[in-house]
Amino acid sequence: MPYRLGVDVGGTFTDLILVDEKSGSIHTAKVPSTPADSSIGVMNGVAKICDNAGIDPSGISQVMHGTTVATNTVLTGSGAKVGLVTTKGYRQVLQIARSYVPGGLGGWVIYNKSAPLAPLSCTIEVDERMGADGAVVRDLNEKSVIRELKKLKKENIEALTISLINSYANPAHEKAVEKLAKQVLPGVPVSLSYDVVPEMQEYERTITTVANSYVRPKVADYVKNLERKLKASMKDVKLHILRSDGGMASAKVAQSLPVNLLMSGPAGGVSGAVWVAKQAGFQNLLTFDMGGTSTDVALVQDSKAQLRRETTVGDVTVRASSVDVRTVGAGGGSIAHVPELTGALRVGPESAGAEPGPAAYNKGGELPTVTDANVVLGYLPSEVRLGGDMEIRRDRAEKAIAPIAKALGISVKRAAAGIIDIVNENMYGALRLVSVEQGFDPRDFALIGFGGAGPLHANALGRLMNSWPVIIPPGPGVLCAYGDATTRVRDEASRTFIRRFGKTSPAELVRIYQQLSNKALKTLEKEGVPKSERSISYEADVRYAGQGLQLTVDFDIKKLKSKGLSVIGDPFDEMHAQLFTFALEADKEIVNVRAVAQGKSAEIDSKKATRSGSRTPVAAAKIGVSKVFMEGKDMDANLYRRDQLKAGNKIEGPAVVLEMDSTTVILSGHTGNVDKFGNILIAPSA
Amino acid sequence: MPATIVETNTKKLKRKDIDPITLDIIENAMMNARYEMDAVVFRTAMSPGIREQNDMFPMIANLEGKMVVGQFGSFIHGFKEAYDGSIEEGDLFLTTDPYACNGAISHINDWLLLRPIFKDGRLIAYAAMFGHMTDVGGKVPGSLPTDAREIFEEGIRVPPLKIFKKDELQTDVLELILHNSRMPTWNRSDFNALVAAMRTAEKRVIEMAERFGDDEYYSALDELLARNKRAMAKLIKDTVPEKKQHFEDYICDDGLGMGPYRIKCAMWRDKGKVIFDFEGTDPQSISSINFYLNEEMFKMFCGVYMIMVFDPQIMFNDGFYDLMEVHIPNGTLLKPREPAALSCRTHALGRIFDVLGGLLGQGDPDFLAGAGFSDSPHFMYSGYDKNGEWYQLYSIGFGGIPGKPSGDGPDGHSLWPSFTNVPNEFLESYFPLRIESYETITDSGGAGYNRGGNGLRMGYCFLEPGTISIHDDRWLTYPWGVNGGEPGRRSEKILKRADGSTERMPSKCDRIVVSAGDILYFNTWGGGGCGDPFKRETERVEFDVRAGLVSVEGARRYGVVMNADLTVDEKKTKALRARMTKQRGKVKMFDRGGEIAELKKRCKKETGLDAPRQPEFQAWALKYLEDQPKVKGRVKVARG
Repeated sequence: MPYRLGVDVGGTFTDLILVDEKSGSIHTAKVPSTPADSSIGVMNGVAKICDNAGIDPSGISQVMHGTTVATNTVLTGSGAKVGLVTTKGYRQVLQIARSYVPGGLGGWVIYNKSAPLAPLSCTIEVDERMGADGAVVRDLNEKSVIRELKKLKKENIEALTISLINSYANPAHEKAVEKLAKQVLPGVPVSLSYDVVPEMQEYERTITTVANSYVRPKVADYVKNLERKLKASMKDVKLHILRSDGGMASAKVAQSLPVNLLMSGPAGGVSGAVWVAKQAGFQNLLTFDMGGTSTDVALVQDSKAQLRRETTVGDVTVRASSVDVRTVGAGGGSIAHVPELTGALRVGPESAGAEPGPAAYNKGGELPTVTDANVVLGYLPSEVRLGGDMEIRRDRAEKAIAPIAKALGISVKRAAAGIIDIVNENMYGALRLVSVEQGFDPRDFALIGFGGAGPLHANALGRLMNSWPVIIPPGPGVLCAYGDATTRVRDEASRTFIRRFGKTSPAELVRIYQQLSNKALKTLEKEGVPKSERSISYEADVRYAGQGLQLTVDFDIKKLKSKGLSVIGDPFDEMHAQLFTFALEADKEIVNVRAVAQGKSAEIDSKKATRSGSRTPVAAAKIGVSKVFMEGKDMDANLYRRDQLKAGNKIEGPAVVLEMDSTTVILSGHTGNVDKFGNILIAPSA
Repeated sequence: MPATIVETNTKKLKRKDIDPITLDIIENAMMNARYEMDAVVFRTAMSPGIREQNDMFPMIANLEGKMVVGQFGSFIHGFKEAYDGSIEEGDLFLTTDPYACNGAISHINDWLLLRPIFKDGRLIAYAAMFGHMTDVGGKVPGSLPTDAREIFEEGIRVPPLKIFKKDELQTDVLELILHNSRMPTWNRSDFNALVAAMRTAEKRVIEMAERFGDDEYYSALDELLARNKRAMAKLIKDTVPEKKQHFEDYICDDGLGMGPYRIKCAMWRDKGKVIFDFEGTDPQSISSINFYLNEEMFKMFCGVYMIMVFDPQIMFNDGFYDLMEVHIPNGTLLKPREPAALSCRTHALGRIFDVLGGLLGQGDPDFLAGAGFSDSPHFMYSGYDKNGEWYQLYSIGFGGIPGKPSGDGPDGHSLWPSFTNVPNEFLESYFPLRIESYETITDSGGAGYNRGGNGLRMGYCFLEPGTISIHDDRWLTYPWGVNGGEPGRRSEKILKRADGSTERMPSKCDRIVVSAGDILYFNTWGGGGCGDPFKRETERVEFDVRAGLVSVEGARRYGVVMNADLTVDEKKTKALRARMTKQRGKVKMFDRGGEIAELKKRCKKETGLDAPRQPEFQAWALKYLEDQPKVKGRVKVARG
């Protein structure tokens, strides 16, 4: 029988979920991650989950996997040595970038720019020129190309990017250079800017394509290796990798366009959250994923995550669609400090990370972190532990926070509460950015908290945002694996097409969309998605002629044929008014056109929690009382074991719920209800 | 008559104690509101100037008009003093006249909007923002005539007026103004964007007051101002010496063939206050390079620079203003009398930052960086294309950030916050031109232990006949280096005609006729170097040479000898460095590449342009300057 497997590799645990595609029933498993070669952990997990389910691995037909390999390659600077080919006069396109100096007035005083992702010493120019209209201005001088490519051969580059001016309008020269590169540099993977992102703006197109080249060898090795191991035990298995935009790509496409995987990890979390919330009956939600060093938030409307035409990892920003996840440098490890000059309380952006970690973990950390503040307040109880991997020392946490308290002239508990308030405020800012500042009313949304520290802070954030209920799903890792297992195969094809509405004929536009949809559907065909399960949607990036940022409008292509461009223009006006409080009478223009093809998503059931007849949790669930400091007062909070809670149980705040890889705080004046899927739904007490 | 504030709710706001955590939360929320204002304008404005170059500046002030968050300091006090009318709920003020707001904006292109924010009938805050409009009429496209003698030549000047009354747009007024612009659609859209930002600020301020309480919000803003003052008092004491420091720098020419113009400033500490005295600055120019410098704005520049090194997370505000005194004599280049022309003030505005850096750096080496890209050179190209449609481009140039104690200066970047270049593919698809080269100029950054950033070479190939304007500077004086660092290379503009002839273009000119096929090479200047170039690690020099940012020949300025394979010849380098170090002798704090007289003498030979004549000042301005009271303790400096 065909099974599909979702796999999420986290820092500590690898989570797996096995779905019987016929019955929809599921199994889950958790094994330790193996950071040196994470495929080992994955295979351990496969063995365990098949054992649990009593099936043979060969029954698994599809493996869906979210990976952070591409992200980590950028963050650790361990990517390939990339050669870059530019148009004559543009060799320094990455060095100049957008000439932007961050940090406000005088920011340059402390700004040190990092070297480009493709070193200038490996960047060559070729003599050619395309016009903005796609007409050839100067022919490609092939001799000069070969001469220059030979220089790159000497530099031993590991990947090559070709990005020529105006190639979005006509890729002929890029293709000609590619042909020569394959002769001069055999075996070096080549990425063309026209293939990766055929859109206007030379810097953005170049950096995106270079980033693709940069992560390509690492990602290819990883995917090939994993695929080989999987195929050893599951003969005809299809490996799919989760893309930044929440769609799935085949192992092969993932290897050639890995720039689309930079947000694969966070996309898994959001997809999982969407699915879990949908099961629980919520389609509009704010996702809140708080980890050790940073927090990711996103907005989901009608069970669809908002997408953004941009992905940022570290200081690299590329033009690739991703789930619109906003990241703030605030997490459990964020360090609190009081600058002498201002006497203000600041939290982050410095983080204690995993090493030396928070003071309370007693691994050498001495600086006060958000985790330490949670320990001092009793939200992370030091007396009781589950899983047993981490010792928590309250005395260490208090000692670390004492200097903050002294600098502010308040008690240690109040200082700890202050640290939590400030860090919550930072995350509140990020949540506002994706909601209020985009014209959404947060009261229409539920808030779902996950990640190592999310459930500790989610109730407080729900209160700041006035977003109810606050949903705490069981097991943060499983959530991502759910996301992996439930997403669909997806591909998109786009191109720049700048034209004023007044000068655009609907028939011509429909023709272009047809070409794009053929291209995108072809990918699905290659992935073996049956015709009946393919669907296609159409998008246009639109702005008022001459305006800055464009908005993405999706529309019905049949109506475009019958009603003309108002099918795109009217929704654009509405969106503009929602976002910016006004719409203009000015002529609109199309900037980019895009077709998005998707396969069908899997129908699976969520694992159901055992139902309890009683609203009161069973005696075994209550494991003690923690002294907590909340609302400026000392209080007693009940401690519960999550795995003993049953559907229908009600938990009155203040309470702390413990499970192996996370801890949930329910504030006083709030109640947590356990639903039939084991989620805790927190809302103000009636 | 000062303005009258009309409130329907006369209950005064009360001062309350604010706990430190709440204060930090409100600080954070204010900063978020400010960035949101930026974001709103950025996304909805139309002109590339505002959109891509973020040439706009937001502010939120408390009910007394002191800036609590923003960048350029508050002008509201001066506005209230000068405005003879009422400030009421639903008002939104517009002005474009620098003379009517004490220089809060410094030329007519900047449209300044001010919104009093009322809650429950009481004034609780102000929001303000200004942005650069592409064209506001006047004698040349772009409204920045290099040869204007009076402000009347620079476009339509709007005195402070209510463009919204009771939240209703005064359409007649707006239409009257827009009717004078060559680019009314962009103007209208940019205006809408600024208004949207005001509304955003208002919404956020009211939300904050609701969340924390009106009295609490009011009190928190006061406390934030006080906190800044305390911090700055400490900083002034630690970094500004009591001994008087002097510094001077120049604007190379005035577009009429005269120059250079001197900007001179002294700085010292006296009883916990820092005093800046611009005595010795040249009288106002008869052309348009005058910069009406607002004293408060200068304080803000200064404060921001001082604090950037110590707590970059701080939210900057007006709180410390009474710790600084700024004296700018009337009738000078920095405080011209109405109706002096102001449109080309960008060079002096930028140069102020070099002056500031030179002053502060003498007191504290942590601040001493080379001369920077202290300008935003303009390039304009306009005309009718073959379909008879008007095109008009206004764009800003980028150059070398100086070497600074924290590291090298970036190549081809901006002095100004949040400015970004316009993508060339965008330019090519919207304007009849092709950018043939877009690269930094090898060796143009000043050598130093930390290298100055390279200037930028932009080659504009014109595809339609039209006219161009150039606004640039630092073609005669050098971007100086510090503590052994060398000056950066100067700017130059070369027009290569389609017939093969070439012309050196002056740094400031208008209405230059170009034909299809002509190419303008606009080369900006490099940043000054910082620290001893002979001490720069040889691997850093090698890296730059391999990158093409420094040439093999240019490496010798660092005393580094390169092998043919672009590796360093360590042995020869050691010997060369020893010899050059000895020859150089004592390291100079500032290297200006020569005194003014020498630069003028070498001018024709080196730049291909005639040296500027000694500026002629108006007799009344000289007398006016003589008659003004001087700052106590000033030193009379003889004119050179």
